[in-house]
Amino acid sequence: MKPFNFRIDSKAELGSYKKVRHVEARANETFRRSSKVSAYREGVGLKRMSTSGSAFVNFIDVQKSYDGETLVVKDLNLPIRRGEFLTLLGPSGSGKTTTLMMLAGFEVPTHGRIELDGREINNVAPHKRNIGMVFQNYALFPHMTVEENLAFPLAVRKLSKADIDRKIENALAMVQLSQMRKRRPAQLSGGQQQRVALARALVFDPKLVLMDEPLGALDKQLREHMQLEIKHIHQSLGVTVVYVTHDQGEALTMSDRVAVFNDGAIQQLASPADLYEHPQNSFVAQFIGENNRLSGIVTELNGSHCRVKVGDAGEIRALPVGISNVGAKTTLSLRPERVRINPGDGACANQFEARVEELIYLGDHTRARVQVLGHANFVIKVPNSEGVPDLEPGSTIRIGWRAEDCRALDAF
Amino acid sequence: MAIADRAPLLTIDGVSLRARLARAERSRKLKALGLILPLFLFVLITFLIPLGRMGYKSVVNEETFGRLDHTNQALSEWDGQSVPDEAAFAALAADLKAAQEQRQAGEIAKRINYEYAGAISKFKSITRTVSKMETGPYKEVFLEADKVWGDPRLWRTIRNASGHYTSYYWLSSIDLRHGAEGLESVPPDQAVFVDVYGRTFWIAGVVTVLTLILGFPVAYLLATQPAHRANLLMIFVMLPFWTSLLVRTTAWFVLLRSEGPLNDLAEMIVNQRFEMIFTRFGTIVAMTHIQLPFTLLPIYSVMKNIPPSHVRAARSLGAGPFHAFWKVYFPQTVPGIAAGCLLTFILCLGYYITPALVGGPRDQMVSYYVAYYMNNIINFGQAAALGAILLIITMVLYWAYNKLVGIDKMKLG
Repeated sequence: MKPFNFRIDSKAELGSYKKVRHVEARANETFRRSSKVSAYREGVGLKRMSTSGSAFVNFIDVQKSYDGETLVVKDLNLPIRRGEFLTLLGPSGSGKTTTLMMLAGFEVPTHGRIELDGREINNVAPHKRNIGMVFQNYALFPHMTVEENLAFPLAVRKLSKADIDRKIENALAMVQLSQMRKRRPAQLSGGQQQRVALARALVFDPKLVLMDEPLGALDKQLREHMQLEIKHIHQSLGVTVVYVTHDQGEALTMSDRVAVFNDGAIQQLASPADLYEHPQNSFVAQFIGENNRLSGIVTELNGSHCRVKVGDAGEIRALPVGISNVGAKTTLSLRPERVRINPGDGACANQFEARVEELIYLGDHTRARVQVLGHANFVIKVPNSEGVPDLEPGSTIRIGWRAEDCRALDAF
Repeated sequence: MAIADRAPLLTIDGVSLRARLARAERSRKLKALGLILPLFLFVLITFLIPLGRMGYKSVVNEETFGRLDHTNQALSEWDGQSVPDEAAFAALAADLKAAQEQRQAGEIAKRINYEYAGAISKFKSITRTVSKMETGPYKEVFLEADKVWGDPRLWRTIRNASGHYTSYYWLSSIDLRHGAEGLESVPPDQAVFVDVYGRTFWIAGVVTVLTLILGFPVAYLLATQPAHRANLLMIFVMLPFWTSLLVRTTAWFVLLRSEGPLNDLAEMIVNQRFEMIFTRFGTIVAMTHIQLPFTLLPIYSVMKNIPPSHVRAARSLGAGPFHAFWKVYFPQTVPGIAAGCLLTFILCLGYYITPALVGGPRDQMVSYYVAYYMNNIINFGQAAALGAILLIITMVLYWAYNKLVGIDKMKLG
């Protein structure tokens, strides 16, 4: 599992993505002012649509099986709002791509209904759905130039030559590839091909755009750049985007909401902040971000607090989320940046002695692996700022965390 | 560069870097040469040298050169229109006598007979006559023996055949000959080869188109089926490929016979038997069957490399199934189609055994005549010229193809 994000940096009460989002918000502002995107927006006559309102896309009781024996998608109910950037996030084989393919029309649901803009589309052919799609390996047509690739959906729609030309120009300007019109896909870099694929999926002004791991083939730096670029294009055009990825950093950076898939079902559908701050089960807690897991048995449960006995070592006060009764097994989830070193008396409900096993210096913070409550892989993130005590491997320290930060989830 | 201009760079032990590099590279180059040498020699010995020999045979007077020297000299002043003078007759008599002593007179007669039908018997009898004579005059004896010796065309033929090189075989391969006033067409009853070439290209073209029409959908099916089913289908496609050409042709022979199973079936259904063996129809059916994998496999391998996401992308962009296929999928298969069709077409041009077994007399292709001249007539010059012309036409087609499509666009696998 990947750590949450390279950007994770501080003990800050809020998850670091909030900081990221703040930075982005500023970047968005400048970007929105840039003439290119707004020109495109005016050119295609799109207005920013409201993100509220009833479902634009709706999966109702959808099931999918390929072999008649196992369900790849189990009882899916997923309303997607108009203008929303929704990410389907999950490990491979979790059903997210199948869900996307059903929406695109390349797979037929075995059971249930899919609605687009209030109309059932189960039996609508893919080419009649008017859905833009960006494929994993771009699927640019190698025998056509960039221009011809972009003209393809417009020519199919029998637009006039002048209209086609104008739309191509606008779309290419939007992805900053105006001078590449006459090139063939093979003559473009991976990042440029990606932009062409994006422009092609948007050039015919679909209301809904699907993206199937579009950034998977790019290197890390380019991927992060494109994440922001796609996000900005989404924000300025107001199209609804359904995005599939297995990269949680990507999902958190770009999405309005994320649907975490596992085992053919949605584990949690929430905003990125909610997913990170309030995971509803141990899969989500483990899949999104870094996470200390402690297994135990519930010994006391009253409303908003519970006590969990971890091994023989001690009891932890935690926030009950996925437990129902005393005596149940539970997995405690605790973010590494929520652990404090040398907390003042009474500041934390949970305080324990820990032995420092290993220190890894990571620039802005240090990861300390400590042994606590019999767990040797307990990780603490210590920001490299003033007033933080120096740690020595082998030394014993006192650590603590608040009961609200420690979520008692279902047994994993 | 500036440093290299001033003084050559040296390695640590003082030797010129350039010399060191050349030495280091030399062993690698030798190794590379050693790897290609066996194949190079093989191609040289079994392909390039025979090709050169064939070209030579098609232009040389093998049977007569050096055996008609006197005649050649005596005819050098002749106008080519009248009956030659006594000197020419005497020279021919002397050449024939000399040849008869070396038992080569029959060769000369055979060579002249290629161009002058019936000459072989006249030569044999006159050789016998002149062998008995000690001195001339010969002209009366010749003309008395047969009035054919007064025909200027026979003498022109003798003159043309007495030189080292001849254009006879090449001209004859395209139904031309040297007449009294330069080049002329051979009489219609002897003109066969232009027709044979036309027929060869026509049959090859029809077979190529048929294999494409039949093979393309199968290749598409194979490329789009899941692997296990595609493998099974592939075996059916490849099965004829693994069977000997002769066996397959014989199978068609059995199937197409007038008493064969196909005709039995036809009799049951429409109460009539069809003539299928020894026809153009039979030839084309059998050749199409044999050539199908050659056209199909390059197309299949190209299709296999077209990602299914391309058609999906086209569909998502609003193209119907056929439009997506025609505008996005099909253009990407063109390199495979080009490779498969070129392969089949060129292989078809050289077909011999299949037309010979299931075709009629009017369905024989160039290779049949090459074999005929080699095995039956023992006229290597004619066989070589026919083969060389086929090779040249094929190379011209290949060149044109390269100009039009580009050989680098062709994909065999």
